[in-house]
Amino acid sequence: MARFTLDVNGVKRTVEVAADTPLLWVLRDHLGLVGTKYGCGVGLCGSCTVLVDGEAERSCSVAVSQVVGKKILTIEGLGGQHPVQEAFVAEDVPQCGYCQSGQVMQAVALLSKNPHPTPEQVAAVMGDILCRCGTYDRIAKAVARVARR
Amino acid sequence: MKGQGLSRRELLNLSMMVGGGLVLGRVFPALAEEPAALQPNPFVRVGTDGRVTIWVNKSEMGQGVLTGLAQIIADELGADWSQVEAVQADADAKFGNQNTGGSTAVRTQFEELRKAGAAAREMLVQAAAKRWGVPAETLIARGGKVLDPKTGSSLAFRELVAEAAKLPVPQNPRLKDPKDFDFIGKPLPRVDARAKLTGKATFGCDVRLPGMLFAVVARPEVFGARLVSFEEKPALQVEGVVKVVPVSSGVAVVARDTWAALKGRAALKVVWEPGEAASFSSKALLTTMEELAPKPGKEAAKHGEGFLLPAGARKLEASFSLPFLAHAPMEPQNATAWFHDGGLEVWAPTQVPMPARQEAARVAGLPVEKVTLHVTFLGGGFGRRLSSDFVAEAVEVAKHFTVPVQLLWTREDDMTHDFYRPPSVHFLQAAIAGKQILAWRHHQVTCSIGQQRNPSRAGQVDRGALEGAEPPYAIPHWLLEQTLLPVPVPLGAWRSVYASQNPFASEHFFDLVARELKADPYQLRLKLLPEGPLKAALRLAGEKAGWGKPLPAGWGRGVACCSSFGSHVAEVAEVSVRKEKLKVERVVVAIHCGRAINPRLVEQQLVSAVVFGLSAFLRGRITVEGGKVLETNFDRYEPLRFHEMPRVEVHIVPSEEPPGGVGEPGVPPLAPAVANAILAATGKAVNRLPWEA
Repeated sequence: MARFTLDVNGVKRTVEVAADTPLLWVLRDHLGLVGTKYGCGVGLCGSCTVLVDGEAERSCSVAVSQVVGKKILTIEGLGGQHPVQEAFVAEDVPQCGYCQSGQVMQAVALLSKNPHPTPEQVAAVMGDILCRCGTYDRIAKAVARVARR
Repeated sequence: MKGQGLSRRELLNLSMMVGGGLVLGRVFPALAEEPAALQPNPFVRVGTDGRVTIWVNKSEMGQGVLTGLAQIIADELGADWSQVEAVQADADAKFGNQNTGGSTAVRTQFEELRKAGAAAREMLVQAAAKRWGVPAETLIARGGKVLDPKTGSSLAFRELVAEAAKLPVPQNPRLKDPKDFDFIGKPLPRVDARAKLTGKATFGCDVRLPGMLFAVVARPEVFGARLVSFEEKPALQVEGVVKVVPVSSGVAVVARDTWAALKGRAALKVVWEPGEAASFSSKALLTTMEELAPKPGKEAAKHGEGFLLPAGARKLEASFSLPFLAHAPMEPQNATAWFHDGGLEVWAPTQVPMPARQEAARVAGLPVEKVTLHVTFLGGGFGRRLSSDFVAEAVEVAKHFTVPVQLLWTREDDMTHDFYRPPSVHFLQAAIAGKQILAWRHHQVTCSIGQQRNPSRAGQVDRGALEGAEPPYAIPHWLLEQTLLPVPVPLGAWRSVYASQNPFASEHFFDLVARELKADPYQLRLKLLPEGPLKAALRLAGEKAGWGKPLPAGWGRGVACCSSFGSHVAEVAEVSVRKEKLKVERVVVAIHCGRAINPRLVEQQLVSAVVFGLSAFLRGRITVEGGKVLETNFDRYEPLRFHEMPRVEVHIVPSEEPPGGVGEPGVPPLAPAVANAILAATGKAVNRLPWEA
């Protein structure tokens, strides 16, 4: 075990875990930040997406030792009334909801870099996050809603 | 529990609600007992503060029951929707049948839920009538108030609760005239959306309890393999691993966090003895099915003379095959179990709360009253969580501890130990003459979910497996035949069950027949369907899709329709096929589902059915080789992605008939509609799923 101090949602948090522990399990099992979801464990589904220094990362595939000194932002850190969250609420996006943290974080990363993406750019980026229910069309509308502002 | 202050369990629940956000739906404070509240039945409570709590007895797995069922009760109550909190009910017999499957939540409970709300309303109205000294019949309840239209006076529910609670509970409350519905029929937004967008919604695997441990189970790759021995030492040497315990399904590794449990599992040395399944291959099974399909099967249903070929008629035939499929909900299986205070407390994302609770009690060796089961949000269900295997497993592990244990299945566990949609081969024949279809035969060769669960039924016809097979058309003679084969692979209900298979074959074959008859497949369907809800849906889908309008080169349009789960759906698909690359461009869906309680939820469910059906159509296949599943994650079992999403338009046939199901009926027509569109674009039939160019 080793001690790591992380910057999570603007707060310094210290954990004692094995150095190869993926960020996902540090967030979920040690910090109680369960909004970030496990879906596949190998970076295929995107349910575990968080922002690391503003980049969308699959937290299942990033070891805790790699994110020391970086700014980690999870769904809980968005504050609950982030424009992307409000747009997703306005479009009534979620169904089962399990993938939604990943969808929101991916959309936040996209829009922070490219505030007015074309539909093709949205599709290319949002294609990384799987939804098994049927929320893709409403995600597209929610992203467009933010992009229009 | 009443009036005794809070038990330890309730205190724990309350603290979890504050800390962990276990309150589902709208996050209001609260599920404390409130003795003075009006609670005429287990489904609804009006508090002395006027707040309305509605217990939703079916599991929220994305289909929107938390919203839809609450709006039925709230409507009859006359509630102010902003004062309503929807709460997921624990497993309890007082809530009636909590099983969430078969698209039944609304269609089997509509009247009962209306009565639950109406009972509370009548008591509030009675209380107001007494207060004002007027006949109750002259008063109405609406927007959280009882109103006297004559005088214009009103009393808020909160002012009436204490008196109303003392009145006898009406056994047969009068239901509202549907023209007075305030919420039923309205596209109310989901009550759980914000919780799900802020990370606050608690799914099964999000339950967090003090001192909780995390477990994973090492399972055999081969179905039914037996545990011979295991060496636990290498696992125990992994930092964070606490204990290794054998369970019925394998060997559990319990640790301080999930990662340690996973590393411990990888380090564990386990020896399995494969059973008879080790020689099983899905490819060989499909080959056998293909050989059997053209031969006669057991007669399952017949109309007229069955299948016949009159002199001068021509015979057409084709066969269609479909693979095993996994459910692959985004949230893998999991459950949390905690033995404490002489009982057991379980948190589970289950579609069957009571059977899961009974299963937990059986494994725990406790009477069922000693087991509490909380239903969390479900990260998808699709039929997978009708099985309680993962609950039993969590309890088996937790038995060894006094602290709570959360069992998590990895994606690989989930993919390789599902209860799979059985494969099937369908052999269809039609006798045609002139412009007529004279006779029709459909021989279904598949595996029976029901008979696998209940082997005493072996040798019988599985009527459930015929869902969607019966031709809805005016064909004078038809015959359904069935051949069922046993398999050593666990089988289960997969969204729309056998209706995900039969109509693919029959509705696609219908278009092959229509081509031979040189008939337009949409017009031929209209001609052969009796007037009724399916025809209404078909007509609407065709109109909205613009059937017959020209399409760009390389495109094709196809239609299919099916009645299932109490509703009637037609879908028109438009595809483009360029250089062997298929793109589903547009799907127009029309449903006749009786009264649509919440048209927004209906639309979401049908879009969802398109995504689910299309994922299976394009890539869905589970391959079993040597008794083990080869597709272990989303790389080889990849659901539809964002950029593949077609434009989907949903239309609802206006109706005031009793509600039908909406979760499943959108799946059956999708595959044949797309196959028919491919046929139109390329002239080639789709005889095998998933689609391959």
